[in-house]
Amino acid sequence: MIPFDFEYYKPSSVREAVLWFQQLQVQRKNPMYFSGGTEIITWARRNSIQPGAVIDLKAIPECGVIGFHQDRLILGSCVSLSVLSSANPFPLLSVTALGVADQTARNQITLGGNICGKIHFRETVLPLLMSDSRVILAGEKGAREVSIHEVFLHQIKLEKGEFIVQILIEREYLSLPFFHVKKRQIGNVGYPLVTMAALKKDERTRTAYSGVCVFPFRSIEIDQALNDATIPLTNRIEQAIGKLPAPVVTNEEGSAAYREYVLKQTMAEAVITLEGR
Amino acid sequence: MPTTEPVYYSLTCYVNGERQTLRVRAANTLLHVLREDLGLTGCKPGCENGDCGACTILVNGLPIKSCLMLAVEAEGLQMTTIEGLRNSPVLSVFARKQAFQCGYCTPGFIVNCHGLLSAHPDANVETIRFWLESNICRCTSYEEIHEAVQAVFCAEERCKAVILRELRRGRYGRNPSYSENHTTDR
Ligand SMILES: Cc1cc2nc3c(=O)[nH]c(=O)nc-3n(C[C@H](O)[C@H](O)[C@H](O)COP(=O)(O)OP(=O)(O)OC[C@H]3O[C@@H](n4cnc5c(N)ncnc54)[C@H](O)[C@@H]3O)c2cc1C
Ligand code: FES
Ligand code: FES
Repeated sequence: MIPFDFEYYKPSSVREAVLWFQQLQVQRKNPMYFSGGTEIITWARRNSIQPGAVIDLKAIPECGVIGFHQDRLILGSCVSLSVLSSANPFPLLSVTALGVADQTARNQITLGGNICGKIHFRETVLPLLMSDSRVILAGEKGAREVSIHEVFLHQIKLEKGEFIVQILIEREYLSLPFFHVKKRQIGNVGYPLVTMAALKKDERTRTAYSGVCVFPFRSIEIDQALNDATIPLTNRIEQAIGKLPAPVVTNEEGSAAYREYVLKQTMAEAVITLEGR
Repeated sequence: MPTTEPVYYSLTCYVNGERQTLRVRAANTLLHVLREDLGLTGCKPGCENGDCGACTILVNGLPIKSCLMLAVEAEGLQMTTIEGLRNSPVLSVFARKQAFQCGYCTPGFIVNCHGLLSAHPDANVETIRFWLESNICRCTSYEEIHEAVQAVFCAEERCKAVILRELRRGRYGRNPSYSENHTTDR
């Protein structure tokens, strides 16, 4: 049971959502945007967050879209991970989404919520980082379209009162050769020891990681090391490991040393798979 | 700042085919409201963290974890709990195969399996595994649960045709998401 009270708003347009946020902010109600709600509910139950109001985005038509406009795939931020995977417009994103939580939870967890969540895996951002996707944001100053790299560095960084309406991906990325592996300590459900996703574009492999450090990331330096065909694969991987953006995590899923070992194996699998294609 | 006064909202929804009008606290989960306000104690509080599946119900035909949904979100939605699946073929197969020990996880498994049967009557082994790994059994009755689920999905074609006809008629609870054009993907 959630041990405190909050108000609930369900706007039916982007503008209404932003206006509610502003008003509730003025009233010092510490509003939060609410999408699938799974993280907000579980964190509120433990009293780790205390919003005075939540603004449910699911009735906003733009947030529920899956479709194409000209040469771009448009994904609404409130599309659930199970709907996204079964519609399958971007196979790498589908398999990544299928690795998150379990099928029942994926009926509730949304793409926007997974990217903006505080739980540090945020696995569905990996394909979005590699495909240089764009993000439509709405806030006090209106709507803006930005590169994912401008608003996602380790975690989402939005202006106060802003939310993700849609994510846009160029069609050329959707059918590129890809690799995806989620390695867990045990079983098929659970947080990752290592999740690695990779795409091959213009004969070069792009990679992105979750579970390795305390945030998901894509690193140009790691990609440069892994693509350096002038040296043997083991040396490339050693160099890539030297470029990790933060210490490797030790937690209940595995120690840093074990994770690093698994990461090296996974990098080798990815490079061998994609170089052969 | 959380609000100091409880905030109540009027909620109209459909549970096991019956229209319900309630006043609910915004911060109450659907699990809590189904159990406390409607007395539908078949959905069980386990982890209340989205991990165990004991609280699974169907919302518009799809399984969801009722501990992960606010009751206010259910406005206008069709819900089915284990109490609404009294005549489900899944329930009788679970009973026949004795696919439980303490039974705490059983409603969640049955509801999820019923949702799968409605959405994907021809689900293959991989799809069955994908859906059912959302539920955990602390007594580890997995062998018997597996047998029961196998029996549901391997029913003779003649049996299956009857089950499907009844599902379409809504005999086992309303199922708005069921479509003739169901796909066999996940
Ligand atoms: C059982 C379970 C297992 C899980 N396993 C995994 C896993 O394996 N891998 C993984 O990556 N994650 C996992 N998660 C974490 C889950 O994906 C995240 O907690 C995610 O935030 C939930 O999405 P949601 O739509 O429910 O978010 P919500 O609870 O609605 O929101 C989460 C956060 O994002 C913000 N937010 C939501 N939508 C928007 C938006 N459109 N714009 C701006 N901010 C927004 C909210 O304000 C809030 O801060 C798991 C969660 C559960 C419950
Ligand atoms: S009680 Fe809801 S998933 Fe465990
Ligand atoms: S039968 Fe006891 S938890 Fe499954």
